[in-house]
Amino acid sequence: MSGLIFLIPIALGLGLLGLAAFFWSLRKGQFDDLDGAALRIFVEDEEGREA
Amino acid sequence: MSVIALIERDFAVPDIRCAGCIAKLEQGLVRDKRIAAARVNFTAKRVHLSYLPDTGLPDLIGAFSNLGFEAHPIGTGADAGDAEAETSRELLRAVAVSGFAMMNIMLLSVSVWSGAAGATRDLFHWLSAAIALPTVAYAGRPFFRSAWRALRHGRTNMDVPISIGVALVCAISLYETATSGPHAYFDGAAMLLFFLLCGRWLDSVMRDRARGGVTALLRNMGTGAMVIGDDDRSRWVDATAIDPGMVMLVAAGERLAADGVVVGGQSQIDLSLLTGESAPQRVRHDDRVNAGTLNLDAPIRVRVTAAGADTAIADIARLMGEAAQGKSHYVRIADRAARLYAPAVHCLALMAFAGWMIAGTGWHQSLLIAAAVLIITCPCALGLAVPAAQIVAAGELMRAGVLIKDGSALERLAEVDRAFVDKTGTLTLGRPEAIDLDRFDIGVKSLILALSRTSRHPLSEALTRGLQASDVRPVEVTSVRETPGFGMEALWGDRVVKLGRPQSASVGDALATELSVDGRPVATIRFADRLRPDAAAAIDALGREGIDAMILSGDRAQAVAPVARELGLTAQTGMTPQDKLAAIGRQAALGHRVLMIGDGLNDGPALAAGHASMAPGSASDVGKNAADCIFLGDHMMPVVSAVRMARRTQAIVRQNFMLAIGYNAIAVPLAFLGFVTPLVAAIAMSGSSLIVVGNALRLKRTIR
Repeated sequence: MSGLIFLIPIALGLGLLGLAAFFWSLRKGQFDDLDGAALRIFVEDEEGREA
Repeated sequence: MSVIALIERDFAVPDIRCAGCIAKLEQGLVRDKRIAAARVNFTAKRVHLSYLPDTGLPDLIGAFSNLGFEAHPIGTGADAGDAEAETSRELLRAVAVSGFAMMNIMLLSVSVWSGAAGATRDLFHWLSAAIALPTVAYAGRPFFRSAWRALRHGRTNMDVPISIGVALVCAISLYETATSGPHAYFDGAAMLLFFLLCGRWLDSVMRDRARGGVTALLRNMGTGAMVIGDDDRSRWVDATAIDPGMVMLVAAGERLAADGVVVGGQSQIDLSLLTGESAPQRVRHDDRVNAGTLNLDAPIRVRVTAAGADTAIADIARLMGEAAQGKSHYVRIADRAARLYAPAVHCLALMAFAGWMIAGTGWHQSLLIAAAVLIITCPCALGLAVPAAQIVAAGELMRAGVLIKDGSALERLAEVDRAFVDKTGTLTLGRPEAIDLDRFDIGVKSLILALSRTSRHPLSEALTRGLQASDVRPVEVTSVRETPGFGMEALWGDRVVKLGRPQSASVGDALATELSVDGRPVATIRFADRLRPDAAAAIDALGREGIDAMILSGDRAQAVAPVARELGLTAQTGMTPQDKLAAIGRQAALGHRVLMIGDGLNDGPALAAGHASMAPGSASDVGKNAADCIFLGDHMMPVVSAVRMARRTQAIVRQNFMLAIGYNAIAVPLAFLGFVTPLVAAIAMSGSSLIVVGNALRLKRTIR
């Protein structure tokens, strides 16, 4: 029983962490261009230009 | 360093196809000093630019065309679109929250089912309640809102049983928890919301995706004109800022942005988008010209008489508004099912409650059983059945070159049994194509190509397209010069070659151009609007699907007859937009469901009135906005694929309904008898949803 005191908050905390990470990435527009993200790996960065 | 406020604007660039294009655009555009940043969105085929405030629109479009891309500014007033995208994001957030809640409550529920008892079970139930209640309050809002709206208008929809079910189940489970009872259905409530939200979200994703595709196709949005001021200097003015009295300079190959009167120059005007007429009209001084028509030949000056909402297009817009009202009465299949389903579910739950009360089990036990009935019958599979099938179908059709605007369009498309087809631009390609190019020898052809490829005139572009398709190489020519309204002139060795307006009057009003060497005519090339390459096959295939086609054209009978003969169709000619509308109305009164396929402004009202409607990607903006589906490219076969796919989707949706009913036939009696514990409910609900989604995925291989 005493294990539950640690384990349940940990389980819920991890779940909440995932949920927060998803919301963060949604707000930052990570899902706006799914097909483009797959192609960008082929794009060469030009000299002196930040990616 | 002073900070300058940059202007941000989106441009639709339909030709982004590969990683190379992304690199070329993002790195090439910022080399222009006025453009601060460029970001490509590949999925939406858009480029987001930040640029200095004093940069004009033509300069930006020029920057794109220097890189070899065609760009169309997207109007800044896209508020409606933003609102829809926001709904879609809100739904996704609700899906995430309910998914999180479902998984964690399930974690706790599994330990309860596997034998946790006493204080542990109570603790787990309380924890479940603490997760479930805020989740229901947050993620359930779309359902509660829609149910409340329906109830207030004295109607019922799918969301009413869902809302009542979820609220009732939560209340009873809370009571159970407080009294240390063995059964709490918090996991069922969260799972129900999760599955239903998935269905809602899929539906809105589909609409978003199609809308994105359509906006990328809208060319005339944000257009404008070169306006000549009093000091005889020209400047670019946005279409919204054009006022009557201004004088526009309209180049060859440009569309008019406003109605007006020609005050300088003469040219030929292509009216096909406005009236469906295929032969160009000659305009001179004092002739009236309309917005949306294409200047073919030479630059003209036009004094604006009406702009914006006052143009001839506004009349058509009014007709369209009336026509679209009829269509809004269509009730989607899921809502039709809900009309029968909702009362049945409520009756069943009430009967279960009453039955067990009479049997004397007490109100607590009876209420628990009624809640189990509600949860089991809740249209989980129904809510998922329709959107899952439709989004798979829309995805497949998009790959085949058809954009479907929403799920209801697919449903209506499956029901059509008549097709009305416009001629110009729909059965035909809607642009001039050189005919009989093969009768010239290769030397003449390469000379023509050498001249035509240096010009942006529509006829030159048609020649370049036609010749490059048959692998003709251009010869070397020097000192190329273009005389607007006449044509191209160049030196070929020491001989003067010209490509332009025919000298002899023998060709009449038909579109033609002439190649001459040292002033001596060598070849006369005629142009005509050709049929789409597979028009006949597509009409045949429609016939085999039980859809009779007929031509409705605004063109003259002489122009329509050859097309009608070649395709074996009957035709009505010289039709105004009102006539087309009336023709559809007559068929509808006979009980037929009409598929309207058209492209022009004049087809707009008919497209809005048809039971379903399709427009080619080359259609006018009005046509594309009014149509339910848009097919891309030069081929017409996608029309048939779309109808077949729509019918197949309807079949799958019906199968899914049958599956849901079959599942209820087994589960409801069990629930009635009180055998449905939270565990059984969880298994039944997720099982039926998985089966429905799996069945929908079978659509994936329909087209190939």
